[in-house]
Amino acid sequence: MKAFRTYIMLCAGTGCVSNGVFKIKEVLEQELEKHSLQDEVAIVMTGCNGFCAQGPLMVVKPEEIFYQFLTPECIPHLVEEHFLKGRPVKDLMYVPPEKEEVIPELHSIPFFKDQRLIAMRNRGMINPDSIEEYIARDGYRALSKAVGSMKPEEVVKEISASGLRGRGGAGFPTGRKWESRRKDPRTPKYVVCNADEGDPGAFMDRSIVEADPHSIIEGMAIGAYAVGASMGYVYLRMEYPLAVKRMQYAIEQAKEYGLLGDDILGSGFNFDMQIFKGAGAFVCGETTALVASIEGKPPEPRQRPPRTTLWNKPVVINNVETWANVPVIIHLGAEWFSEIGTEKSKGTKVFSLAGNVNNAGLVEVPMGITLKEIVYDIGGGIPKGKEFKAVQTGGPSGGVIPAKLLDLPVDYEQLDAAGSMMGSGGMIVMDDETCMVDVARYFVEFTNDESCGKCTPCREGSRALLEILTRLCEGKGQPGDVELLEELGESVKDASLCGLGQSLPNPVLSSLEHFKDEYEEHLNNHRCPAGVCKALISFSIDKDVCTGCRLCAKKCPQDAISGEAKTPHEIDPDKCIKCGVCADVCKFQAVLVT
Amino acid sequence: MAKIQPGDLDKIAEKIKRTMLLREGEYRAKVVVHMGTCGIAAGARKVMSALMALTDQEQTKDVLLTTSSCAGLCSREPMATVEIKGQTPVKYVDLDEEKAKKVFFDHVLGGKVVEEYALATGSERVG
Repeated sequence: MKAFRTYIMLCAGTGCVSNGVFKIKEVLEQELEKHSLQDEVAIVMTGCNGFCAQGPLMVVKPEEIFYQFLTPECIPHLVEEHFLKGRPVKDLMYVPPEKEEVIPELHSIPFFKDQRLIAMRNRGMINPDSIEEYIARDGYRALSKAVGSMKPEEVVKEISASGLRGRGGAGFPTGRKWESRRKDPRTPKYVVCNADEGDPGAFMDRSIVEADPHSIIEGMAIGAYAVGASMGYVYLRMEYPLAVKRMQYAIEQAKEYGLLGDDILGSGFNFDMQIFKGAGAFVCGETTALVASIEGKPPEPRQRPPRTTLWNKPVVINNVETWANVPVIIHLGAEWFSEIGTEKSKGTKVFSLAGNVNNAGLVEVPMGITLKEIVYDIGGGIPKGKEFKAVQTGGPSGGVIPAKLLDLPVDYEQLDAAGSMMGSGGMIVMDDETCMVDVARYFVEFTNDESCGKCTPCREGSRALLEILTRLCEGKGQPGDVELLEELGESVKDASLCGLGQSLPNPVLSSLEHFKDEYEEHLNNHRCPAGVCKALISFSIDKDVCTGCRLCAKKCPQDAISGEAKTPHEIDPDKCIKCGVCADVCKFQAVLVT
Repeated sequence: MAKIQPGDLDKIAEKIKRTMLLREGEYRAKVVVHMGTCGIAAGARKVMSALMALTDQEQTKDVLLTTSSCAGLCSREPMATVEIKGQTPVKYVDLDEEKAKKVFFDHVLGGKVVEEYALATGSERVG
């Protein structure tokens, strides 16, 4: 097999694809050919590298040089300098926030340095469309070991011993789930991968499927062997076209290699799988709604118990990340896995780090790491020197965690205790210019929209919560609204049918717990302390600070700013739409938001 | 293709190991061809091509080929530095395809320094 001297690992995750990585690939190919380097330097399109904020990006192997913010224009110079003459190009390297010196190597960049990769073990290392590259990185060894030398009950025992818990959010012990389905006498049985990721700001499941689809297939095949299932479904939403494409291709490859189908690896074990494309309703991530959707019914949850079934047959439903962990546990052993993490939360967790944070992207960290380490060491802190206010975990089902709890070790129990939850792993960082009432309103608006409407507490409760939050944001709050929010939130939590309704008040209740004063300011003084709620703020110019540079006047879309050059300007409140452009462009902080 | 059996996984992995190892950054020997403008003018590309062909011919799995900029001794180009892990790097000068071949077999694969082409051992101190 032909080897190359240099490998350009070009990120082809959804973020980098949107940012034009395929155009960059085209220019790279042209330039390599121009210098006759096409036989020396190979381009590998990988899954999501994780450092999405810096994309489009590449990692040059074997030196591990990390290049970011690539443009088609910078490629000719890069090819000539680095790939021909061996001089890495500093201009395209990573510079840490508020520093000047570049960090050339990937493994020295703080964002990558503190991560521990299990579920994302192959990220940036392989082409997701190559089953051979997956195999070369120990792929399908765990399946071979399981079907070749382990009894199904031994596989379940190993997963139980590892302490693996569901990565979709609730954290149910995976081994216990498998054991109950293994003992169920009914056949046929099914395994399902829940890839219906719908939280705003979350993209970890998508990235794992895009980067390493075979890790899911292998995990599901092992799970199927353990419980005695013969068919598997990957429930993927249609909004993830790249993930659907890569998964489809991977399933076809696995079938071609005999790693899916009849008599897998000569063991007599039969297992097949296919993709089920969901239409993208948030409620379909709830297991009973998900199986209803696969069965062709409206995706409405139902009461549990009885235990969830698919066509009245036993089914194991696990999240993408849970399945991706399975092969590693079988390959390296439960003991190895259970040494990572905390007492009750083993292994690692993938988070999609987003919001007001310098290094937005996908991170995999050992359980028990503190929020501070994630936000500051890996995330690089808050941009523009602003203050950290809170971090929102668990998406619309989770809650906000304030600055005073930054030293909290991240695991299932600790996040629950803080009024939030692990969720599937969304992590939105908020700075001091974020209004907590507005954030709660945003999430309730989302869940209200996504509520399936089957049960009244969720359907009507979310609507009522949204109404109250909206009027608070508009300065039209009524006496007793804050108490009403609390009472109503608790009732929706208690009375809703499924997880969606039971958790939708969390953003409200947790922000009430930690930021009650902000609610009271909105209610009593019609003030938004963070300067976000438009109805409660007004823009004006500080005459003593304004230099009369005209910049804000030029940028104002409403022509609401008047004033001669070099004399202080003025904002016409009747014309102003409070878009905030003037405050963003002003170089002297002369625009006041009150 | 025929269905694979358990032992086939190793064979598949072995087959593409050459393309994977360098990505993992694992190597036993590293050959750096100096590719400054002077080096290229003197024939460094030919030296690199010859080395690439040799690694293919021998199906090496642990030899890393890379380039770096001008080594500073432009009159003695093409130059290459051979670094066997755990040993002092050796700089070779005035290379051509034939000499590169000898260096490859004797030093890179054989572990014996080709003294007649070597300039000196060691790399300059950096920083």
